[in-house]
Amino acid sequence: MTDLTSLTLAEARDGLAQKSFTSLELTEAHIKAVEQARALNAYVLETPDQARTMARAADEKIAKGEGGPLGGIPLGVKDLFATRGVRTTACSKILDDFKPTYESTVTSQLWRDGAVMLGKLNNDEFAMGSSNETSCFGPVINPWRREGSDTKLVPGGSSGGSASAVAAGLCLGATGTDTGGSIRQPAAFAGIVGMKPTYGRCSRWGIVAFASSLDQAGPFARTVRDTAILMRSMAGHDPKDTTSVDRAVPDYEAAVGKSIKGLKIGIPKEYRLDGMPQEIEKLWAQGADWLKAAGAELVEVSLPHTKYALPAYYIVAPAEASSNLARYDGVRYGARVEGNNIIEMYENTRAAGFGPEVRRRIMIGTYVLSAGYYDAYYLRAQKVRTLIKKDFEDCFAQGVHAILTPATPSAAFGIGEKAGADPVEMYLNDIFTVTVNMAGLPGIAVPAGKDAQGLPLGLQLIGRPFDEETLFSIGEVVEQAAGHFTPDKWW
Amino acid sequence: MSVDASTVRRIAHLARIAVSDDEVPHLQGELNAMLAFVEQLSEVNVEGVEPMTSVTPMEMKKRADGVNDGNIADDIVANAPATEDHFFLVPKVVE
Repeated sequence: MTDLTSLTLAEARDGLAQKSFTSLELTEAHIKAVEQARALNAYVLETPDQARTMARAADEKIAKGEGGPLGGIPLGVKDLFATRGVRTTACSKILDDFKPTYESTVTSQLWRDGAVMLGKLNNDEFAMGSSNETSCFGPVINPWRREGSDTKLVPGGSSGGSASAVAAGLCLGATGTDTGGSIRQPAAFAGIVGMKPTYGRCSRWGIVAFASSLDQAGPFARTVRDTAILMRSMAGHDPKDTTSVDRAVPDYEAAVGKSIKGLKIGIPKEYRLDGMPQEIEKLWAQGADWLKAAGAELVEVSLPHTKYALPAYYIVAPAEASSNLARYDGVRYGARVEGNNIIEMYENTRAAGFGPEVRRRIMIGTYVLSAGYYDAYYLRAQKVRTLIKKDFEDCFAQGVHAILTPATPSAAFGIGEKAGADPVEMYLNDIFTVTVNMAGLPGIAVPAGKDAQGLPLGLQLIGRPFDEETLFSIGEVVEQAAGHFTPDKWW
Repeated sequence: MSVDASTVRRIAHLARIAVSDDEVPHLQGELNAMLAFVEQLSEVNVEGVEPMTSVTPMEMKKRADGVNDGNIADDIVANAPATEDHFFLVPKVVE
């Protein structure tokens, strides 16, 4: 029998339907793969017993012809999603041994559709990071290595565990969240597909909040089709999230393989950065050629406020984070460090519970919201955000269906390589992805090639609001042309 | 704009995060690096621009003002570090 962990999600689904194997067999193969890959540190909690129970239940349903769209499919869940009775930490010491008494809407929809949970996946603490090095469980290792080198590389972040696990065959797909690039950047670093949906497409209820006006859940998988399959189960209206949109969920998989003939694809000139590595330029041009060959029309477009997206993000996101993370006070859940009075108890709890990156962002957020600075920083940043969104609206109004950009300014880097004194160096990783969150748009990262050292590189497609389907169609054209990328197993 | 050491201590206190004296210079450097980075926003002409308040143009949904949940006190205190009879315990706040 072929290795069940090397199947795509769609192949596994079809194999289950044809009774070629059971969900329990498929799940056992993944449990074993997870145990053998602990060196990657992708899972922070393995739930094999729960996985077996869910797999057996799925097999019974499949036998009755009631398997559901994800019946029996083993998945990993980012540790930012609350899972009932299963430790959920956001990879922060401050949540300690938190066991939610409720289930996030997105994961509950995956289980509704028959999926099996293998465990909880590592991420940057509270999703704050671009390398998965800020997790209290330690960094995640990318299954990819430079040719001829055994230097450990980061998988990107914040959803680094999800990206690493999917790329290494430790699950057929995974959930992630994306606030400034936390799905698309790690997808690019790990040579897999990652989709950040339109703001409001997936419910945020039960997901540990970072920056509420930017956070959005989305899927990771090894193919565009698999990502589309997951997306259909994750999306949908939820009365418990007032920003979730009441709109029918399309059959995203039907968009995969659809012709892109006649679509107008924008190439934004502002994304051509000074000092951009030549291989990124080349990849981008190659991507444009592939789309042209498939019948799309390529046009140069302008998004004049692009360069201000990242600085505006580093005001808006920390401001919202400082407010959201005020709830971690050592009273209602999580760890507590005592003090002489209640204020000291708060201060000691938060000093011990938050890591350096989270503390830094809470402090900058507190500062930009504080009396006398609100107008100069926060209000100005929100105005700049309006301008960033308008850039995209103008572009779409000219008939552009989607925008093609590189996903990241480089391939994966080494652990500790960007841990210098200036935090901004790390933040620049999200330069191509953060605009999309600021404007609330959908974006997909699709692997498109390799750099000179053999590491995967991705392209990003940005779409019109709620037009994820077009991104899946175009993404599949890139995938067909570029092929698939699988790391050599060394772990 | 940049922050001095006493501002760092004030922000830390506002954020309810204990900071020791020897951590202040390091934090000050990091915060100033971030502030220098966001400084470029001052070049943007935002005259007459509305600040973004809603990411997707939609009216916030409202629901009937009725109780639709409750009687889950056990669940609510389940993860608390210190409780008694469904109350959260905190250090004394009233003398």
